[in-house]
Amino acid sequence: MNAMFRGRGWSFGFRSAIMLYFVILIVLPIVGIYTQSFSLGWLPFWESVSDPLAWKAVLLTVKLSVIATVINVFLGTMIGWVLIRYRFPGRRLLNSLVDLPFALPTAVGGLMILLLLGPGSLVGGLAGKMGIEIVFHEPAIVVAMLFVTFPFVIRAIQPLLEELDKSEEEAAYMLGASRAKTFFSVIFPSMLPGILSGAMLAFSRALAEFGAVVLVAGNIPGKTLIASVYIFGEIESDNPQGAAAISVMLLTLSFIILWTVNLIQARRSGQ
Amino acid sequence: MTIRRLWITLTYIVFALLLIAPLVKIFTGSWAEGWSGFIEGITRKQSLHALMMTGIIVVIVTALNTVFGIMLALYLVRAEWIGKRMKRLLNSIVDLPFAVSPVIGGLMIVLILGPNTVLGALFEDAGIKIVYALPGMVLATLFVTFPLMVREVMPVLQEIGSQQEEAASTLGAYSWYTFWKVTWPAIRWGVIYGVVLTVARSLGEFGAVLVVSGNIMNKTQTATTLVYQDVENFNVVAANGIALVLAAFSVGLLLLMEWAKKRKEVH
Repeated sequence: MNAMFRGRGWSFGFRSAIMLYFVILIVLPIVGIYTQSFSLGWLPFWESVSDPLAWKAVLLTVKLSVIATVINVFLGTMIGWVLIRYRFPGRRLLNSLVDLPFALPTAVGGLMILLLLGPGSLVGGLAGKMGIEIVFHEPAIVVAMLFVTFPFVIRAIQPLLEELDKSEEEAAYMLGASRAKTFFSVIFPSMLPGILSGAMLAFSRALAEFGAVVLVAGNIPGKTLIASVYIFGEIESDNPQGAAAISVMLLTLSFIILWTVNLIQARRSGQ
Repeated sequence: MTIRRLWITLTYIVFALLLIAPLVKIFTGSWAEGWSGFIEGITRKQSLHALMMTGIIVVIVTALNTVFGIMLALYLVRAEWIGKRMKRLLNSIVDLPFAVSPVIGGLMIVLILGPNTVLGALFEDAGIKIVYALPGMVLATLFVTFPLMVREVMPVLQEIGSQQEEAASTLGAYSWYTFWKVTWPAIRWGVIYGVVLTVARSLGEFGAVLVVSGNIMNKTQTATTLVYQDVENFNVVAANGIALVLAAFSVGLLLLMEWAKKRKEVH
């Protein structure tokens, strides 16, 4: 066995196999989807993309993802801060619960939200009386996105807060800065890279989310149909080229976000 | 200190509303028709079959991802035969599945290996069905979960550096021996954490599998796609039963994650 691993030919074959696996599994499908979307030329691509239902779905997805991300930035910053800085009963439990949305199947998450906010439930009934529709409307989509992206901002800022030098903060107090001033001029700037990269990851995850949303959104074209569900519908109605065209739009957006995050992180670790 | 109390209370409220309430709801929901309703929901033929399919996928995907993930992480950190630039490029490719919507991940596989494509037809002639069958579902899940292991192992490898490994091989140890005696003990907890993440993700994968499998009952249906179908058919109690089983696994995995994380920090 050892001799085999040392053998030049064998190790070359082994390396190539791993690299080939990597390329075939990850790169080939992505290249495939870009070529497929243009397989019939520019015009059909343009037609699929300019279908009002398609771009309405993309716009709706972007809008709701932005809302979910903004809420997440506020909640995440607060929770990340509380879990690192304060000691209180139940802190460890809450800290491990943060990852629950990562561990839970998204379809289960969607079902939970459906049951909790649905028409038969306490919250749903109350909101219905006040004339607010939650499930099968935009609020439920935002809640679903919020649920699946919950851990990102928290997990991105926690290590930064742990690293933060307490003496800087104390120095600010000593020099007479108020609590708010200390927070905004000392603590907040060092949390900012974490908040940004967490928010970007949350945003791209929200754009891509399918499982949790498909169960709680009404999926009414032009109103509550988000991009990933639209793509699913196109596949179901046997229009892979149209599905690929919208996918390419969504993918390109996500890739830009991903590379921006990588850039932010690379710059940070480069310092 | 009142400000502090306010923040803590707010945190508790967010957790209660966003995470704890839904979890409790799944629990109470699956008991809505008592013990028998729950048992009936999960012992239906399609439920057992779906859970089995999920189990098979989890095992295959986790095994493949662990082996290839560790190897690729080793190459991306250590290999001298890959240029610096190439390494950076490969490194950013690893993350791509994170940016791809699961539905799109499934669509890619249908587009390349579907029955109407060249490759798909080739496999079909050989008697191997990929799309709308288990191999396609495994491929879709492999794609979605690919970065998890690599991303857990790479930072550990970078941190420990290559000195010990070099020392071992200078002293004449074979590369396989060096790996087991020097590298493995260092990356062990990272790998275990990666395994837990992979299991969690492949257990819960929905979008990609739904597209690739065609969701055929008693054939290609997994636990999550069954939950989806039950909800679509307004069979909420049965959906809850399956969801509760999945949620129980997730909570178990969450506990494992905590444990692995703690061990990882110690080592």
